[in-house]
Amino acid sequence: MLTGRVAIVTGGSRGIGAAIAVELASQGADVAVIYAGNEAAAEAVCARCRDEYGVRAASYRCDVADFAAVKETVDRIKADFGTVNILVNNAGITRDNLVARMKESEFDEVLQVNLKGAFNMIRHCSGIFLRNKGGSIINISSVSGKFGNPGQANYAAAKAGLLGLTRTVARELAPKGITCNAVAPGYIETDMTAGLAEHAEALTASIPLGRAGTPEDVARAVAFLAAAPYITGEVLRVDGGLAI
Amino acid sequence: MIFEAIAELIADRLEVSADSVKPESSFRDLGIDSLDTVELLMDLEDKLGMEIELDQKVETVGDLVAFIESKGQAAE
Repeated sequence: MLTGRVAIVTGGSRGIGAAIAVELASQGADVAVIYAGNEAAAEAVCARCRDEYGVRAASYRCDVADFAAVKETVDRIKADFGTVNILVNNAGITRDNLVARMKESEFDEVLQVNLKGAFNMIRHCSGIFLRNKGGSIINISSVSGKFGNPGQANYAAAKAGLLGLTRTVARELAPKGITCNAVAPGYIETDMTAGLAEHAEALTASIPLGRAGTPEDVARAVAFLAAAPYITGEVLRVDGGLAI
Repeated sequence: MIFEAIAELIADRLEVSADSVKPESSFRDLGIDSLDTVELLMDLEDKLGMEIELDQKVETVGDLVAFIESKGQAAE
């Protein structure tokens, strides 16, 4: 159980992030939801956490790619909640295009949010974790970071980059009892993957467990790692066997 | 005054007396690694009520004192 712990979830207003926020709340954690634009959705997630599980929950608008804005937001969360114990770097965007046609901006935007965003959050939360002599960082990577995926040179590069970040942070902060792990989802049904619906049959055919995953499948893995003090530097696949 | 504050924090951490921490003591000899130094700075931030962005290498306790004093002056 995570009672009394404070969790930050980036990209928490919908999809996998919303499911993670609710799952952590269901185990008793207070939740700070960081969102990029959809305030109503972020507030709805917080309301669900408060009403169904009686935890504290609040939403914060922040562009995780903005170093200074992340510092300010983490300071506000610390002031509001008292501390931070769990950080889930889930915020991610896609700008799919074949590499031969990919615009520089498409590459940069995805790296800024998906990879640098995680660095910014870790950078500004690590002081709190060091002071607490403990903390749990979970980065949401992707199966495409391991296998690559046509049309996703930017996304796969960022998600593979997260694995290097995860392993390094795990080694650096382990002496202080701080863990850092990654979860690598496969094909999960969310708004982000809705565009793949026309390929859904072919996609599920390649998944040994024979179905797409749900955001809740990923959220349960995150909650497990949040409460696993002797696991660090690990990448936990949640992909129905896709990447076996 | 900054030296005394640092010496006290180091002494607490190492469970030795504050007199045994000298300006010329190197962090390496004291058994304080780079991550410990970061942590030490955080304790120091709390104690001095200022924010310290360590943007250079410090090898000895005296280096750290000089660094913080220079930041303190810059802030004034």
